Amino acid sequence: MSSFFKYFTDIFHAVKSLLTGMKVTGRYFFSPWEIVTQQYPENRKTLKMYERFKGEVIMPHNERNEHRCTGCGICETNCPNGSIEILQGRIETPEGKKKRIIDKHIYHLGMCTFCGLCIKTCPSDALAWGQEFEHAVFDRSKLTKILNQPGSSIIKDIVE
Amino acid sequence: MKEVVNLPVKNIEEEEYHINMGPQHPSTHGVLRLVVSLQGEIVKSLKPHCGYIHRGIEKMCEKDTYPQIIHLTDRMDYLSAHINNHAVCMLVEKALEVEVPERVKYIRTIIDELNRIASHQLWWCSFGMDMGGLTCFFYGLRDREKILDIFEESFGSRLLHSYYTPGGLMMDIHPNFQKSVKDFIVYFRKKIKDYDDLLTGNIIMQERTKGVGILSKEDAVSYGVTGPSGRGSGFSCDVRKNHPYGVYDKVEFNEILMHEGDTFARYMVRMHEMHESMKIIEQLIDNIPAGDYSVKMKAVLKLPAGEYFQRVEAARGELGVYVLSDGNKTPFRMKFRSPNFSNLSALDHISRGGKIADLVAIGGSLDYVIPDIDR
Amino acid sequence: MNFSIYDFTSFNQWLDKLLYDNLSPFWAVVVEMTVIGLVVLLFYALIGLFLVYAERKVCAFMQNRVGPNRVGPYGFFQTIADLIKLLLKELVHIKNADKLLFNIAPFIVICASFMAIAAIPFAKGLHAIDFDIGILYVIAVSSLGVIGVLLAGWSSNNKYSLIGAMRSGAQIVSYELSVGLSLLTIIVLAGTMQFSQIVEGQANGWFIFKGHIPAFIAFVVFLISSTAETNRGPFDLAEAESELTAGFHTEYSGIKFAFFFLAEYMNMFIVASIAATVFLGGWMPFHVSGWEGFNHVMDFIPPLIWYFGKTFFVIFLMMWFKWTFPRLRIDQLLTLEWKYLLPINLVNILIMAFVVLMGWHF
Repeated sequence: MSSFFKYFTDIFHAVKSLLTGMKVTGRYFFSPWEIVTQQYPENRKTLKMYERFKGEVIMPHNERNEHRCTGCGICETNCPNGSIEILQGRIETPEGKKKRIIDKHIYHLGMCTFCGLCIKTCPSDALAWGQEFEHAVFDRSKLTKILNQPGSSIIKDIVE
Repeated sequence: MKEVVNLPVKNIEEEEYHINMGPQHPSTHGVLRLVVSLQGEIVKSLKPHCGYIHRGIEKMCEKDTYPQIIHLTDRMDYLSAHINNHAVCMLVEKALEVEVPERVKYIRTIIDELNRIASHQLWWCSFGMDMGGLTCFFYGLRDREKILDIFEESFGSRLLHSYYTPGGLMMDIHPNFQKSVKDFIVYFRKKIKDYDDLLTGNIIMQERTKGVGILSKEDAVSYGVTGPSGRGSGFSCDVRKNHPYGVYDKVEFNEILMHEGDTFARYMVRMHEMHESMKIIEQLIDNIPAGDYSVKMKAVLKLPAGEYFQRVEAARGELGVYVLSDGNKTPFRMKFRSPNFSNLSALDHISRGGKIADLVAIGGSLDYVIPDIDR
Repeated sequence: MNFSIYDFTSFNQWLDKLLYDNLSPFWAVVVEMTVIGLVVLLFYALIGLFLVYAERKVCAFMQNRVGPNRVGPYGFFQTIADLIKLLLKELVHIKNADKLLFNIAPFIVICASFMAIAAIPFAKGLHAIDFDIGILYVIAVSSLGVIGVLLAGWSSNNKYSLIGAMRSGAQIVSYELSVGLSLLTIIVLAGTMQFSQIVEGQANGWFIFKGHIPAFIAFVVFLISSTAETNRGPFDLAEAESELTAGFHTEYSGIKFAFFFLAEYMNMFIVASIAATVFLGGWMPFHVSGWEGFNHVMDFIPPLIWYFGKTFFVIFLMMWFKWTFPRLRIDQLLTLEWKYLLPINLVNILIMAFVVLMGWHF
C-alpha cells in the first residue's frame, strides 16, 4: 500500500519541480526589458570602454608631437615573447656628446599577450594602454605597428 | 568525427565496437579525444587521448624570468587564471622571503573567490547545456558577465589578466571595486535561486544524475581526484582549510563534503561552494586594510638554488607548482601538478558499466578544462 | 450562435456550382482537387516557415536574448534566407546506399503529415475531408511517418544512423499508444469520432471544461505523449544525440534535410491543432452557458482567429517544454511511457466512462 502512495507522491513532486522550472523561463519570456544584448555595430558611437581597458600598447604623444621614449630597451628585455623590437639611433647633442634616441619602436600586435610588463617596467612611463579594440585586418603586415610617430621627438628635460 | 574499426559485425548488439568522441565535439569541453569501447549501449572501457593543445608551457617557463611566467600560467586553466598566478607569486615570495602587505593578501583572496564563482558559473551553464537544457547556458553566462565587468574595470581585461606579480599587484584596484562587488553579491544571491529552480530541483536532471558515475572515497584518494569532484566523494582535500594561505585562516567558511560520490553529489558541492565563496567575500570586502599594493622588488629576481613547492586550491582541484632553481633568473625546471589531469584519470573507472548518455553527464560533473591537462 | 458571416459552406457551394456549370464533371473534380492540393501545399509551406521563425524568437526571449533581428523587420525573413541556403547546398551521394529508399524516405514523412492536415477543420465549412471516423484516420495516418524514419536510418548505410533510427522508431511507436488512449477518453465524452461533430458538440463549453478532471488529465497526457511522438522537447534524444550518433538524418543534406526539418515542425503543428480541436474547441469561440451578452461578443471574433489562437497557444506550450527541461535518457523515456502514462491513461478512461454514464459532466 505504501508503494501505491509513493507512486502518486512521486508523480506529484515530479510535476511540481517541472512547473517550477517552467515558471522561471516563463518569467523571462514575459520580461523583454531584461535582455542584455548590446547591438554592437549600431552602438559604436556611444560605446565607451572602461578607462583601464587593455586595447593595445600605445605611446602617448602630446600636442607638440613629443613622446617620452628614450630608447633604453628595457621594455624589449622584459617582453616575454619578443613582441617589441627597439631600433636605436644616435644624435649629437650641442655639447658634442653622442646621445641615444629612439629610431623605431616596433610593436608586433599579433604576438602580444597583453601582460603589461613593458608598461610597468618602462622607467620613463613612455607606454600606456590604448582603448582601440577593433584590430581585425585583412593583411597581417598591418599588425606590426611602429609606436613612435614620424617626426616626433622626445620631451625635453626628461628625468629618467 | 566517427571512426570505426573494420570488424565483420555479426550482431550489432553483442560485439564490442569502438567509437571516437573526437577532438571536435560539442560535449567534451575542449579538444579531447575519447576512444570509447561499447557493447551495445554499455560502456566497457574508455581511453582518453590528450595532448591536442600541448603548448610546452613548462618548457617555455625555463627561459622566462619569474615576472614573465605569470603570463603563461594564466593560460593553463584559464577559468581560474588568478588562482594559478597566485601560486607562482606565493612561491617566489616564499623563496625570496618577502612579506607582502596585508592589503595585497586581502585583495588577492577576494579576487580568487570571485574567480571561483565565475568558474563555477561557467561550469553550471555548460553542464546544463550538456544535459539538454539549453536555456541554462545563457543564464549562467549573463551572470558571469557581471564578474567580468568588475574585472575589466579594475584590470582592463576579462579573461586573462596577469594582475598578480611577485611582490604584490600590478596596480591598485579601481575605486569602484568594493561597491561593484557588493552590488554583484546582492544580484547573484537572487539569481542563484533561479539556478536551483531551473536545474537542481528538476526531476529529469535528478533522475539522470543520481546514482550515476559513483566514485568511492578510496578511489578518489588513490586517483588523486581533488577539488569539488573529490569532495563529492567525501575526500576532505580543501587546501584552503588544510594549508591556509592568503587570509583564509581569518575567515569563516565551511568545507562542503558529500558522501554519495555520484554526479549529483559533485553537482551539489559546486552549488554550495558558490554560496561559500560569496560568504567569504562578504566577510572581507569591507575590511581591506589601507596600504601599498606592492613591495618594491629588485628588477631581476634570482631565486636561491634549491627546490620550492606551493599548492593552492584552484576551482577544479589542488594545483601544485614546483620549481627547481639553480640560482639564475630563470628556473631550471618548473613543474605544475595539474588538477584536471588527475581528475581525468578517474573517468575510465567511473564510467564503466554506464550508458553513453551517462558519459556526458559524468564528464560534465568532473568539469575538466583541457588546456590544463595538456599545458 | 450566428456564424453566417463566417460560414464558408456557402462559399464552397458557390464555387462547386460554378465549376460544375462550366466544366464536365470529370474536369470539375480535377480542378477542385488541384485547388485543394495547392492550398494545402501553400498553407503547409507558409506555416512551416513561420513556425521556424517563431521558435527562434520564442527561444531567444526565454534565454534573455533578441533572436534574429537583421534580415527583414524583426528578422521576419530569416527563415527564407535559411531556406535559400539549404536549397543551394550540395546533395551528397552516399556510396552503397539504397538509392530508392534513401530518396523516398523524406517524402514519406512529408506525405504522412499532408494527409493528416487534410482532415482538420479550420473553420465551419473549411474542412478538406470530413470522415465520420476522423480521429481514427488522423491517428492512423500520422503513424505512417515512422516508416519514413526507419527507412532513412536503414538506407543510409551507416551503423549509427540505424541505431538512432531504431531508437526513434521505438519511441514513436510506444507513445502512439498514449496518444490514442487519451483521444479515446474524449471520444467517450463526445460520443462521436467525426471532427465536425466534435467541434459542434463544444458549442456550449469546451471539452476540457465539460469533462473536468478526466478531460484535464487526458489533456496533460496528450501533451506529453505528443511531444514525445514528434521527437521534440525533452524527448529529443534521437536527434540531439549528436553527442554520439547523429540521428537518422545524418546523411541527408540540402533540400532533403529541409524536408525532415519542415516535417518535424509541421508534425508539431498537426498535433497542436488536434489538441486544440479535441480539447479546446477547435474553431468554437469561448462560450459560457448563460452569459448571452458575453457569448455574442465572443462570436464576433472570426473562427479562424480562434482556431489559430488556440493552436499557437498549444505550440507555445510545447516550445516552453523544450527550452526549459533537460533531455531524458532512452530507458527513462520508455519507463515514463510504460510505467506511468499507460496505467494513468487506462484508469482515466474508466473514470471518464463512469462520469459519462452517471451524467456528472457539464
